Amino acid sequence: MSLRVIKPGLLTSIQDLGRKGFQQHGVIVSGAMDAYSLRIANMLVGNKEGEAALEITLMGPTLKIEKNCLIAITGGNLSPTIDSQAVPMWKPVYVKKGTILRFAGCKSGCRTYLSVAGGYAISTVMNSKSTYLRGEIGGYKGRALKVDDVVDFNETSTILDNREFKEAFIAPLWFVNEKEFMPNRMPVIRFVDGSQYDYFTDSSKVSFAENLFKVSNQSDRMGYRISGPLLELQDKRELLSEAVTNGSVQVPPDGNPIILLADSQTTGGYPKIAQVITADLPLIAQVKPGEAIQFSRVTLKEAEQLFLQKEQQLNELKVSISLALKKQHII
Amino acid sequence: MPEKLLNKTTCVLSPLGDSAIVITFGNEIKYDIHKKIKMFMDLLEDEPFVGFIECVPAFTNLTVFYDPLVIYKKQKQSNNHECISPYEVVRSILERKLQWLKEDKKLTHRTVSIPVCYGGEYGPDLEYVARYNNLTTAEVIHIHSNGEYLAYMIGFAPGFPFLGGLSEKIATPRRSSPRMTIPTGAVGIAGMQTGVYPISTPGGWQLIGQTPTKLFLPNVNPPSLLQAGDIVKFHPISNQEYNEIILKEGLQ
Repeated sequence: MSLRVIKPGLLTSIQDLGRKGFQQHGVIVSGAMDAYSLRIANMLVGNKEGEAALEITLMGPTLKIEKNCLIAITGGNLSPTIDSQAVPMWKPVYVKKGTILRFAGCKSGCRTYLSVAGGYAISTVMNSKSTYLRGEIGGYKGRALKVDDVVDFNETSTILDNREFKEAFIAPLWFVNEKEFMPNRMPVIRFVDGSQYDYFTDSSKVSFAENLFKVSNQSDRMGYRISGPLLELQDKRELLSEAVTNGSVQVPPDGNPIILLADSQTTGGYPKIAQVITADLPLIAQVKPGEAIQFSRVTLKEAEQLFLQKEQQLNELKVSISLALKKQHII
Repeated sequence: MPEKLLNKTTCVLSPLGDSAIVITFGNEIKYDIHKKIKMFMDLLEDEPFVGFIECVPAFTNLTVFYDPLVIYKKQKQSNNHECISPYEVVRSILERKLQWLKEDKKLTHRTVSIPVCYGGEYGPDLEYVARYNNLTTAEVIHIHSNGEYLAYMIGFAPGFPFLGGLSEKIATPRRSSPRMTIPTGAVGIAGMQTGVYPISTPGGWQLIGQTPTKLFLPNVNPPSLLQAGDIVKFHPISNQEYNEIILKEGLQ
């Protein structure tokens, strides 16, 4: 016994970096919507970056921690609390057996990640622990967590198990600077031209890059429906289905774009005006329905440089976290 | 075509964001195009380049997913340039590999026969399809189950085949209002397409029957019964046979 679900929250599921290699069979990638936050949550507890963690959405769960453990919470701030005390985010936290972890409400962002040292005891399906909600596979029984579910932790060789501590939780003073990884109030999402960018009218191309688009309530892990000025094709044409991916911005005939996200289907037949750059996908994951997005057009070379810069930043972070963990004998 | 090697100009390479490349071989649903896509996909999977993740075939193109970080690191070892574009690196790898594509090779196709219980509760739209095409339901079943369909691609849902080759005689437009749920195994028609729903989803297809065969097999590799390039046939079964297969599959 390790973690018992008292209240499941809006949508709490096990996610890792996704199920790759099966898209030609129609099996979607899934995985953490905010991959950077997931990776950092894992770094903070000494896991491999791609280990599975809980992805918690907007209204978080109430969880009973039934074993001493080392956790980290990153991503959007959904007000994690233990005994009415705020649990610090973006740092490793020892939690005492018997403690109840609550999420009191959304302060910023939309999705939070809860990692545990050693990882959750979840078996892999098609090389991934991610929950594929519609396919009902992977993760915890192929579904979001429900009341009374018990998710086990993997055994770890840490000093935690027999350690006695009085406080419900303790944490070091240092933390990861979240500003590097979380969006501002009005996030700018950069994109490169989509495969059918030139099918759109010039005014639609301009509108897309210059106007704000509001994220609708019909937005989930599969995709965000956004509304702003309607986008139009130069002339109506039938498009044959082809591969789409996380970040593809497709435009159905009604003119309101859909940003496909982690649970995107593998193929689609709507024209794609844009493709969100990989480095900005985690930012979208933290935008809530009702909030607005500003798009900004970049070149492919810029997108690649931004991606590589982010990877370097994460690599440096990994090195310094690892040093800090060792120095303070946390792991 | 006298030329044995595929000419570079017969396809177009374009980026799908910063982690994938689309290779387009044509602009219509045609066997020759499918053949090139399938052959190049086999070639890539047999000898994947460093950083290759996977590829997804479609009607007219093949999308190749790669890991730009792996590509960058590999390139940096051999060439310490100040600026490396993973896209350009992958593009040149693919262009080189495209030269190796032999057009005279014949594709071999697997044939998969799918049992279908037509009509009744399993095919609530069979009568509509018959009426729409001025046929009897028996004629619709006959035409549908005597066709040979090529699976051009799998997508939309896990294991869902996009099949080509439906007879015009039974082509029927989608329902004006889609159903909230279509059951697993439903066999439908939408315009000139026919297909099978591997998982329960909403949908607007005309449902003419249902198969007890599972198309999405999450615990098997590959997880899809059908692959792009398969020839699919349907054969009619009775209600009783349907139930027997369900029972047998359930016991496995």
